[in-house]
Amino acid sequence: MTSQERAELERFIEQAWEKAHEMGLHPFPVHFELVPAHVIYEIGAYGLPARFSHWTFGRDYHRQKTMYEYNVARIYELVINTDPSQAFLLENNSLIANKLVVAHVIGHSDFFKNNTYFAHTDRRMVERARLHADRIRQYEMEHGPQRVEQFLDAVLSIEEHIDPVEPAYRRRDLREYEHQKSVLARPTSEFDDLLGRVETPEPPSTKRVPPEPEKDLLLFLRDYARDLEDWQRDIIGMVREEMLYFLPQIRTKIMNEGWASLIHERILESLPLTPAEHIEFRRMHSSVLSPGSRMSLNPYYVGYQILRDIERRWNGELPEEEEQPETDWLQRPKPRPTGEGWQKLLEVREMECDVTFLRKYLTEGLVKKLDMYTYKLEEVDGSLIWRVQETDWEKVRDTLLDSMTNFGVPVVTVEDGDYGRRGELYLKHHYDGKPLDMDYTLRALKNIYTIWNRPVHLETVMDSEIIIFTYDGQQVTRHGQGS
Amino acid sequence: MWHHPPFLLSQDPWDLHHRAERDRQRHNEKVKEVIKQNLGEIISQQDIITAHDGKIVKIPIRGLELPRIRFDPNAGKRVGQGAGGTQPGDILGQETVPGQGAGKQAGTEPGVDFYEAEFTIEELMELVFEDLHLPNLQEKGSKKVMADTTQFNTIARKGPLANIDRKRTLIEAYKRSAKQGKPGFEIHAEDRRFRSWEVVPEPQRNAVIFAMRDVSGSMGEFEAYICRSFYFWMLRFLRTKYTNTEIVFITCHTIAKEVDEHEFFAAGDSGGTKLSEAYKLALDIIDKRYNPREWNIYPFLFSDGYNWGDHEVVKLVEQMASISNLIGYGEIADELWGHSDAFAPLGQALYERFAHDPRVVLVRITNKEEVWPALKRFFSKHPEVNQA
Repeated sequence: MTSQERAELERFIEQAWEKAHEMGLHPFPVHFELVPAHVIYEIGAYGLPARFSHWTFGRDYHRQKTMYEYNVARIYELVINTDPSQAFLLENNSLIANKLVVAHVIGHSDFFKNNTYFAHTDRRMVERARLHADRIRQYEMEHGPQRVEQFLDAVLSIEEHIDPVEPAYRRRDLREYEHQKSVLARPTSEFDDLLGRVETPEPPSTKRVPPEPEKDLLLFLRDYARDLEDWQRDIIGMVREEMLYFLPQIRTKIMNEGWASLIHERILESLPLTPAEHIEFRRMHSSVLSPGSRMSLNPYYVGYQILRDIERRWNGELPEEEEQPETDWLQRPKPRPTGEGWQKLLEVREMECDVTFLRKYLTEGLVKKLDMYTYKLEEVDGSLIWRVQETDWEKVRDTLLDSMTNFGVPVVTVEDGDYGRRGELYLKHHYDGKPLDMDYTLRALKNIYTIWNRPVHLETVMDSEIIIFTYDGQQVTRHGQGS
Repeated sequence: MWHHPPFLLSQDPWDLHHRAERDRQRHNEKVKEVIKQNLGEIISQQDIITAHDGKIVKIPIRGLELPRIRFDPNAGKRVGQGAGGTQPGDILGQETVPGQGAGKQAGTEPGVDFYEAEFTIEELMELVFEDLHLPNLQEKGSKKVMADTTQFNTIARKGPLANIDRKRTLIEAYKRSAKQGKPGFEIHAEDRRFRSWEVVPEPQRNAVIFAMRDVSGSMGEFEAYICRSFYFWMLRFLRTKYTNTEIVFITCHTIAKEVDEHEFFAAGDSGGTKLSEAYKLALDIIDKRYNPREWNIYPFLFSDGYNWGDHEVVKLVEQMASISNLIGYGEIADELWGHSDAFAPLGQALYERFAHDPRVVLVRITNKEEVWPALKRFFSKHPEVNQA
């Protein structure tokens, strides 16, 4: 990019910023950095600049770079959720492409700052991740890269099994838990004993660990796996922290991209562009916002269309017959709003994540307009085909929501950390009708064994029967319940 | 609220920033590891044995994924989206079985991620031979057996970015900027310096390999295939890594005969079996042409283990072991015949005598995939053996 173009881009950012301010956006300050393609692909693969080293990131980097070089797909922008936000622009993009990206980035930064699901994310994550990387490199020197890699492989393969509902710093140990129970059982008035309301607190007889089923598998392993060395506990903690940081982005993918797309459109429409620039902007905009491959959803497109729909409805712009009247809790139709569209959007971007967003705002009209459907794999004459099942909007919505529950990962809890009084680990998969991929799951179970270092059990349901898989370090065995 | 909006636009040199290279290379290594684990299967393919140099072999491997506790990707419903007018019953696509058709596109489809690694025959050879060595090789004789090693010891102007020498590159950039009288500096392509390597030949080791083959009537099609396959890889290995090794080819039924390479591979099967003749001929050739003080000696014999005069063979192998670096005996057993794990009579006789002698390696092959393990057993380093 020439210095002249850079100066023009700088002027454009100033204008875009003013515009965003007028629209009621509150982004973090942003550091825009023009970089060559390989840097964008690298940071895209790692998720954060200077994150720790692992071969899976190298694999993703290689894939993305190859797709870029063959012109199959390209990343236009990359923005990190920090304060100030750090955004990376491709230095060999055209000026208008970078203008669009700048406006898009402002949308993301506003979303990061204002959406409630991001409230607890660490806004200095780049520095923190760099410290993590330094520590892991140190461990590689002390314990050998191979040992560290093997351990990271095991931890990363279960990285989604954390509990984002609890704040990252919560820790209720056994004593606190017992204390809390006794507080709940304590008399609340001086007459309670006369009225027979007092229950004697249960003695903490079975020192069960965990006291109640624990969803945060990483945290549990970090604190209770007996044979881990300090550096290993540290690695589990670091992976968990980084996952807690990334999780809100996973949970708001559709909204976040939809929001940024809406913002870049509004900003570019309102600023002076040359006719050639305008045509190029429209071309890029419609290529980003088009239906995905038929087997997946394009989050940009779906998010953008739902937000547009909300805005129109709350502006009172939808014709009566397309309107699905909002009802209150007694099923009485609410009066149609007028002229509140933008205000409503600002509220939605603050309050919702993808699951709540889709549940509230994906309407019958939208499912039809976006041509959404459910599909599944069927066997026909010995070959396997993917076939459309339903177009009914409620079924489509529910299937979509179901696939996003617990961010698409099976819910597994630690039931017992001293199973059979032999220090074995008993995990339970909370079956919801969707069967597990046993090949992958059993390999993951072996990884958990390498951390726990004692036999590991996993309870699940197969063909309506409770099945328990056990890995003892040698082999996997399978039992029905009770046997 | 603000006079200047809170943003910063910057452009800095990133030429030397290649953090991801290391992890990319590590991933490539892991891909190779997976391929190496499956080498047995890969190298037993007829079309690889007959492939010409430079041919590209596609090897489907399962994408290197970390295993996760996940839902069965092929069960249950998902949500998709079309361009309009989709009806229940519409077909979206067919699930492709890996290895068939275009499997290389980045997966938009759910399911298992397969990855097709492409190798030329030469690269595949390199993988196959990476861990193979002539065991117990001694420094003997005056003729050279080259075993090349590489050492990182020079600096080059061109090379893979992963090998870039940052310090020297920066120095070169400073020097050039200073010469041109420009303050500050940018790194140009001509400033780049890379750590590079040289191939260093190892010294003087004479070696002779005896490739001996049972061509009696009891050797069926399968036995012959295994035998050819083994010797094919052995020859390629020796000629890639030990360029000056001498190879003596011997076929044997009731009479042993020294033949040339073409004849050795083409030989048909007939007659009875008297393998002692092969060893006798080999000993005779050693006596005439390969003085054990001057030569590293490696006799290999492949047979189905049905032989006349096992005791005599044992005697001769004993004699041979005293002058050889390693003796290999491979016994081929068609699984259709017997399911027992035991050796045939000749193998049994050799086993009883040499089970604890590390210089005699006995291998039993019952299917194509076992050629690779056999190669590995014969040509791995046997550090525990010292020649008498």
